[in-house]
Amino acid sequence: MSENVNPTPSRDLTAAGDGTHGAVAQSDRFSDPGVPHHQPRLTDRDPKAAKRAERTVTLLFGLSILGTIGTLVAYFLVRPDGTTEGVRLSTVLLGTAMAVSLLGIGIAAVHWAKTLMSDRDYIEERHESRSSDEVRAVAAAGFKDGYEDSGLARRGVLKGAVFSALGLVALPIAVPLVSSVGGDWNVGKFRHTMWKPGMRLAYDPTGRPIKAADLTVGSVAHVIPDVPAEERETHEWITEKAKAVVLLVRLNPEDLRADQSPEGETWSYDGIVAYSKICTHVGCPVALYEQQTHHLLCPCHQSTFDMADGAKVVFGPANRPLPQLPITVDDEGYLVAQSDFLEPVGPSYWERLK
Amino acid sequence: MSAAINSPVEPTTPVGKAADYLDQRTKIGVLTKQLVRKVFPDHWSFMLGEIALFSFVVLIFSGFFLTMFFEPSMELTEYHGEHPAQLHGQLMSVAFASTVEMSWDVRGGLLMRQMHHWSALVFVASMVVHMMRVFFTGAFRKPRELNWLVGTALLILGLAAGFTGYSLPDDVLSGNGLRITDGVVKSIPVVGSYMSYFIFGGEFPGEHIIPRLFTLHILVVPALILALIGVHLFLMVLNKHTQYPGGGRTDKNVVGVPAVPVFATKMVGNFFIVFGVLALMGGTMAINNVWNYGPYDPSLVSAGAQPDWYMLFLEGSLRLMPGQGTEWVIFGYTLSLNVLIPAVVIPGLLFTFLFVYPFLEAKVTGDHREHHVLDRPRNRPVRTGLGVAFLTAFIILAVAGSNDLIATHFVMSLNLITWVLRVLFFVGPVFAFWVTKRICLGLQRKDRELVLHGHETGRIVRFANGEYIEVHRPVDEQERWIRVSYDAHRPLEIAPATDARGVRRKGYRSDRRWQRISRFFYEDRVEPVTPAELAAAHAHGEHDEIEAQRGTPELVSGSASGEREH
Repeated sequence: MSENVNPTPSRDLTAAGDGTHGAVAQSDRFSDPGVPHHQPRLTDRDPKAAKRAERTVTLLFGLSILGTIGTLVAYFLVRPDGTTEGVRLSTVLLGTAMAVSLLGIGIAAVHWAKTLMSDRDYIEERHESRSSDEVRAVAAAGFKDGYEDSGLARRGVLKGAVFSALGLVALPIAVPLVSSVGGDWNVGKFRHTMWKPGMRLAYDPTGRPIKAADLTVGSVAHVIPDVPAEERETHEWITEKAKAVVLLVRLNPEDLRADQSPEGETWSYDGIVAYSKICTHVGCPVALYEQQTHHLLCPCHQSTFDMADGAKVVFGPANRPLPQLPITVDDEGYLVAQSDFLEPVGPSYWERLK
Repeated sequence: MSAAINSPVEPTTPVGKAADYLDQRTKIGVLTKQLVRKVFPDHWSFMLGEIALFSFVVLIFSGFFLTMFFEPSMELTEYHGEHPAQLHGQLMSVAFASTVEMSWDVRGGLLMRQMHHWSALVFVASMVVHMMRVFFTGAFRKPRELNWLVGTALLILGLAAGFTGYSLPDDVLSGNGLRITDGVVKSIPVVGSYMSYFIFGGEFPGEHIIPRLFTLHILVVPALILALIGVHLFLMVLNKHTQYPGGGRTDKNVVGVPAVPVFATKMVGNFFIVFGVLALMGGTMAINNVWNYGPYDPSLVSAGAQPDWYMLFLEGSLRLMPGQGTEWVIFGYTLSLNVLIPAVVIPGLLFTFLFVYPFLEAKVTGDHREHHVLDRPRNRPVRTGLGVAFLTAFIILAVAGSNDLIATHFVMSLNLITWVLRVLFFVGPVFAFWVTKRICLGLQRKDRELVLHGHETGRIVRFANGEYIEVHRPVDEQERWIRVSYDAHRPLEIAPATDARGVRRKGYRSDRRWQRISRFFYEDRVEPVTPAELAAAHAHGEHDEIEAQRGTPELVSGSASGEREH
């Protein structure tokens, strides 16, 4: 490295763009004027300016110390009382004071480097990234000698055994790992939900069963299967709920153009239709119902389903209608499921129709 | 042999003694000798990568604090804290409860959580901007292609770190994010359902996902990131940093400031500034207040929900894809292209572009040299155009990820916005490419004009014969050098289809294909001014500049022969 104290415009420096490609001769090019002369800064020329800069830097370091003290003060004196205001005050004070203590050092260091440290350019030679041919030859010879010394070249069976053993040795870890993390691997569970014939529909999250008579035309209900309250406090419940949630809408029977009932069956009851709440796109709960248009919108990716027309997709990335839950009423007037869904709910997957 | 020469210098100061102790055991003097005054080129854009590095350091500091209080368990618990009141007595996972508790009951806990989240956003953002700098200046060229690959891998790991961390609090928002992930995974042909089981340990959501994500988030992903950062920095030091074009800067040297003290001081300063700004953000800008969303419940979702910014492009991609006719059933098996294309194929293509670009460009340029002087983006119009096109696609997808917010904020039809963005996704990048390329060529012509005729001074002079001219100030040699020191690459030249005896040459077709791509890159070019052209411009006479401007040789369009027109 040489200090470029007095750079002279050098003519023999190769131009940056010179090369084999492009076939532009060197004489066709301007020559590199060399590193520009060092321009002294204000702090280089004026001792007063340098003194000022030094004071600023000192002040900034001092500010940082104050910030650090401030952080500790905020930590010990401002104890949040648990209210929103308390937590906010503590967080703002801690964060701001900490920022002062950090920014003080940061800005001081940069200002110091920019005003008081030398800003002369230095030049260092680069070397080609590749190693020289001699070095390569020695390295290659080393490998070759090592390979010969190992005797692998002569002992073919040994070679095969070594590589087979090394290739297989990952299996004792990989197989149990991969095989265990998938639980029981029974992907057939995607096909079923916990709905059973005669199971009552209940409000989410209270769990109160729904009477058909309670629903006015135009109303919408978020529905879960009617199960005992203690059952609803388990993991199994959350996983079952993730498939079983239903959105129920009561339409004016004249508005109900179609549902998914096959010939000879009635899956809706007096204008009440129940569809899976799990989007057939990628599985978000479809939750935004627009009463005027009977459209149901998924807030995640805006797939839109027409509840008056068999939950057909009218817009967005979903492809299939939401599966319908066949419902009817029991003797006491409560809505009940006629059966489970007749197709898998939620997003499509490879074996969905198998 | 005199004793004086052989006896080692005895250190006298404490620092000297410590250094001597260390060096006698490690030979650290050799390394120090090489690094202490190592030259680093200085430019503001070289700090972008530093910002990424430092925000990662802040992520580790704040993350360590968070692990002291977070419990990665999906065990269900009733919330006993008094605050916030709306959660009191609610059933939730321990993960969610501990997140709320560390925010409300641990002093500085909320600050650390918010700093951690902001740092993550800044970490990915600074990586992206750093990558843009590297791309547009051609810093990925030989010998740095490998480091570009390491950097791209770091970006992907950054996304993985963000995603796994975002999901840990087990709130409604992140739970739905996981559910979307599950839906995407299930769309993968053949193995999708099993991969879903693999990830969740059974059906979604199950009771394993949070602990699994926790281990990935605090161990596996950060360890990989740290290792790759090590490789990234090692290669940077090994290759020495690139430098911008300028007087005295060549591919054979490096011009800049020494590591100690100037570069090191600026770097340390930058670290504290990044740390300080993140502390300020964490202290004053609320982010991800999970208690407002509530614990995860598979039937709940909030409208207007957005993922963190770096996931928006995936979200937008999912939103833009039309669903009709894109789910195919083949032999009874379901192929949901409406999910597979936007969530797997599109990001796959975007990242493939990033991974292969350096190699593609080297191939079509026929370039095997080492490059240490950076390109000015204007001097590589097609590369710059492709980069801007890429960013345009990325931004359009990110905007699409907020189409519902645009609709509600600007009272516009959601369906219309979606349709416009669907069209823009295809048209936008092409248009952006074309405009950018034209702007680059225009800037190159401007460079030529400045070199040939100097800067306008605004001073009008009238000659005795009544003629008016504007006086131009010639550019100095430093400025001229910046504007002329580049290569205007030409399309590849290939050997003819048949050899001298008329036999078809093997590999001609492939050569032809590469030549065609090469033409796309280099057909339009603006050559740098040569000394002869400058002399000719001056020979026209001092007061002849205005005429000379009109007749300058400019855009060269044509194939390999590339004879410049005059």
